[in-house]
Amino acid sequence: MADVDYGKITRDGLWNNNPATVQILGLCPLLAVTGSVVNALGLGLATLVVLMGSNAAVSLIRHYVTDAVRLPAFVMIIAAMVTVIEMLMQAFTFELYQILGIFIPLIVTNCTVLGRADAFASKHALLPAMTDGFMMGLGFLIVLVILGALREVVGAGTLFANMQLLLGPWAEQLRIEIIPNYGGFLLAILPPGAFLGLGLIIAGKNVIDKRMKAAKQRREAPSSSGSRRVRTTGKVS
Amino acid sequence: MALINASSPHARGPVDTGMVMRQVIYATLPGLAILTLLFGIGTLLNVIWAILVALLCEAAMLRARGRPVALYLRDGSAVVTAVLLALALPPTAPWWLTFIGVAFAIIVAKQLYGGLGMNPFNPAMVGYVLLLISFPVAMTNWVGGAPYRTPYVLESVLQFLGHGPLDGLSGATPLDTFRTFAGNADALDRMIVLHGRWAGLGWEWVNLAFLLGGVYLLFRRVIGWHIPLAFLAGLAVPALIAWQIDPLRYADPLFHLFSGGTMLGAFFIATDPVSAATSSRGRLIYGVLIGILIWVIRTYGGYPDAVAFSVLLLNLAAPFIDYYTRPRTYGHERAKRGAGS
Repeated sequence: MADVDYGKITRDGLWNNNPATVQILGLCPLLAVTGSVVNALGLGLATLVVLMGSNAAVSLIRHYVTDAVRLPAFVMIIAAMVTVIEMLMQAFTFELYQILGIFIPLIVTNCTVLGRADAFASKHALLPAMTDGFMMGLGFLIVLVILGALREVVGAGTLFANMQLLLGPWAEQLRIEIIPNYGGFLLAILPPGAFLGLGLIIAGKNVIDKRMKAAKQRREAPSSSGSRRVRTTGKVS
Repeated sequence: MALINASSPHARGPVDTGMVMRQVIYATLPGLAILTLLFGIGTLLNVIWAILVALLCEAAMLRARGRPVALYLRDGSAVVTAVLLALALPPTAPWWLTFIGVAFAIIVAKQLYGGLGMNPFNPAMVGYVLLLISFPVAMTNWVGGAPYRTPYVLESVLQFLGHGPLDGLSGATPLDTFRTFAGNADALDRMIVLHGRWAGLGWEWVNLAFLLGGVYLLFRRVIGWHIPLAFLAGLAVPALIAWQIDPLRYADPLFHLFSGGTMLGAFFIATDPVSAATSSRGRLIYGVLIGILIWVIRTYGGYPDAVAFSVLLLNLAAPFIDYYTRPRTYGHERAKRGAGS
């Protein structure tokens, strides 16, 4: 096996090939549960663990599964992982489990998970596969949390409300009232707010990408003005 | 055969966007006057404030998009959006409500889609619906109209500055009242607000004023007759049928035609040339469907009025309607279906 570029895996997962903002995968949970930071964080962590686990398992069995049956096999693995996570959340964060409801079992259908299993884990060794799962999961988690924070601040004027559901009683004091006496802006909490928020995040990422590309071009091709004039006169047939 | 250029003077259409938009603004003046007369100067304040916000947002977005600012500001389309949205808002709307609605209408619904002519949805109605689903309380809080007196200037100003709803001055609109008590003869009889000439006290005048403005637009050929007529027929016919069946449960057609935002919607909102259907036949279908939807939502839906929702839904359907109502091209047979061969 050739050398694995962990830096590239990291950059792909977090930025260049981010599941949420570049591949636009897993939109169903992304849009549905990001009404607050705690929901986003809960679902993001669950997805991250599932991604790592399924990537690891798929990587381990990659030599024993034939091409014809690989997808059903991967789905079975993912479903098993999700069931484990679901039971863990039921046991330790029951209230959050109730809030997230159907979206926990729906992680099975998150295309990111199956996509990474098929596109990466089934072709790489255990460690790179797990790294990829972790980085992809982290990239997804970060977008979820940013979107959750955006919608929570605009929609309810708070940040990190109800963190005790995920982190235990001490986290109750994490709640920050960004805007006191805020009447609430329902649209941000409602589904349209999710679409608008994700659209803005993707647009923001594209702007940053464009700037970085332009800066890179400037660095690589220093000023060549004056020496490379294009002929603009003459016969045009 | 050589085609000879006719000599001057060449007849030039007097129509440009700025002129059309100015006509629309003039046409809203009677409605604005009646609203101010009946419900206090809240609407007037909101219209002025909305225009300021709209011009500011438009200029900022044009600058950000690298378009000539002055050229596009002068066409007046942002002003029209602002005026229509402010007219649709309740007179009690505080400044921040108008600000959010207008800013969203101009920045998101208009400029992010590519500016004038590119927006699939009517920007004013997008702003209105945003406010309606985000701030339902502030958006259904009307003042004035019987049995309440018209608020004084100072009261309207305080309201505009965000100092809470006016005590003892605000109440439900006739449409809302009818919804609440439909089927209950005694209650309907006791509701003073419903006892206007045809459509609830005050509201028939508001709608008549907008009808007047609409007729002016028709007369100046700024809008065609297809959409308004189809719109009003689509609303009146189901209302008439239902009213004949059970006048207690369903309001009469005149009530539907002259209350709420009917006339504003029929002549000013639905006729937006950018987001409406384009062919004549398409416009008839478009108008009728808006009218029917308004009646359905007013009667069975969760909101008292439905102009904004209906217009947005049909905006969504307009390309589809256009696709199936292409006019015959001169010299060709009628296309078999839709886009034709």
